[in-house]
Amino acid sequence: MSWQGWLRPDGRKGIRDAILVVYLVECAHHVARRIVDRMDDPRVQLIGFPGCYPNDYALAMMKALTTHPNVGGVVLMSLGCESFNREALAASAREAGRPVETVVIQQAGGTRASIEAGLAAVARVQDEADRRAVRVPMLRSELVIGTICGGSDGTSGITGNPAVGRAFDTLVDAGAVCLFEETGEMIGCEGHMAERAASPEVADALVASVQQAERYYRAMGYGSFSPGNAEGGLTSQEEKSAGAYAKSGSRAIAGVIRPAEQAPGPGLYLLDVVPLGAPKFGFPNIVDNAEIGELIACGAHINLFVTGRGSVVGSAISPVIKVCANPDTYARMADDMDVNAGRILTGEATLDEVGAEIVALIEGVAAGAQTKSEALGHQEFVLTYKASMPAGPACLPRVA
Amino acid sequence: MSAIAIRLSPADNVVVCCRTVEPGERFTVDGHTLAVTERVELGHKLALTPLAAGDKVLKYGMPIGSMTEAADAGAWIHLHNMKSDYMPAHLRDAAGDHA
Repeated sequence: MSWQGWLRPDGRKGIRDAILVVYLVECAHHVARRIVDRMDDPRVQLIGFPGCYPNDYALAMMKALTTHPNVGGVVLMSLGCESFNREALAASAREAGRPVETVVIQQAGGTRASIEAGLAAVARVQDEADRRAVRVPMLRSELVIGTICGGSDGTSGITGNPAVGRAFDTLVDAGAVCLFEETGEMIGCEGHMAERAASPEVADALVASVQQAERYYRAMGYGSFSPGNAEGGLTSQEEKSAGAYAKSGSRAIAGVIRPAEQAPGPGLYLLDVVPLGAPKFGFPNIVDNAEIGELIACGAHINLFVTGRGSVVGSAISPVIKVCANPDTYARMADDMDVNAGRILTGEATLDEVGAEIVALIEGVAAGAQTKSEALGHQEFVLTYKASMPAGPACLPRVA
Repeated sequence: MSAIAIRLSPADNVVVCCRTVEPGERFTVDGHTLAVTERVELGHKLALTPLAAGDKVLKYGMPIGSMTEAADAGAWIHLHNMKSDYMPAHLRDAAGDHA
């Protein structure tokens, strides 16, 4: 199957054409939100960064997000005195062929004037994005698909996660890029991952990433484990990990990538979300949408979100397909769920059948069908401070 | 008719409930008879065989922690009788700052 995507100047193709309104400090958040609210168009989406201090990671993330293939244009909302390098961000989006405008609230004359200036800027950017739009056929092999699990319970690891794993196997075999996360939820699985590595260098990088995650989480005092995980039948970090790891499927692991880094070629990659060195700035993944944002910054067109307890979130920029692992949760929250993987537990479907259903759904959503969270208006986004995470040479797959 | 509980790997000494089970229920999984003594919810674990304190708990064929006290076949296996070999789990009443 093929569908019409958006061809971007860098050669990547998108499945959506979002116009981003980006606040560069919390002080510009209200003005940016009013602009997006008044546009009242799902295409015009709000993202932002709250802090006033500079952060290389946040700038790298914003550069990757504003040049994502699902993004057609950008309006930056700055208070004026914050540290965020708005010129560098605007230049990066402009060089990537996106129409960009910047509104500086202190120059525009305050809240009212900036909202009006922002609305006019969004209209101009949207028109220009439409003028520049190049629609081209797009194939399964051109997709970047991420996966995450949130609100996991004792069903996630036996229905939703392995079903996503089957879908990943199909996509990897088709030449797509598949991204799984996160290293804190791979604790206990590092030996098995190393056996699946495409090269000894990748095996070393996988083990090192998990060891760093374990050190980091120990220092934070908590594993990547929530009270709801325990209420849902999971008892230990390593039990949750074994279930989470099933999302990765069974194919060779081509490499380890870091937030805002693009996969160098097709295949399956681990997204390492834990910075090197001593803990700095707090938890590496404060909440599921922080990781979804990182998967999107790595180019993910769509993210597969497996939930047992029942998450409702979506995301700005890239659609989220929610795979509900637990049949009881599905019965309660069907409006929020795209896939009922609980049918595997009740004997109504097999892992392979649900895996094939997920692949078909991905192609439908890529072709323009709305996910449940898109239809409900979910466009969550969160970005906070993190130490920068440069890629190491061992993270790149060995050239065959 | 689907299974009441499933053993994910032949090496496992616990099974996962495919539905909520009630006290008094008795059923067989892989030749082991389990007697349920308390309500255990969907997705939670039951001991497949009698377990002793210190035993590794095996699920997906891999260790997911260790028993902290003994349990009979059919007993609920959770935070009250097993723990992680890596790092402790926390509940909603956890202190806000362990670091």
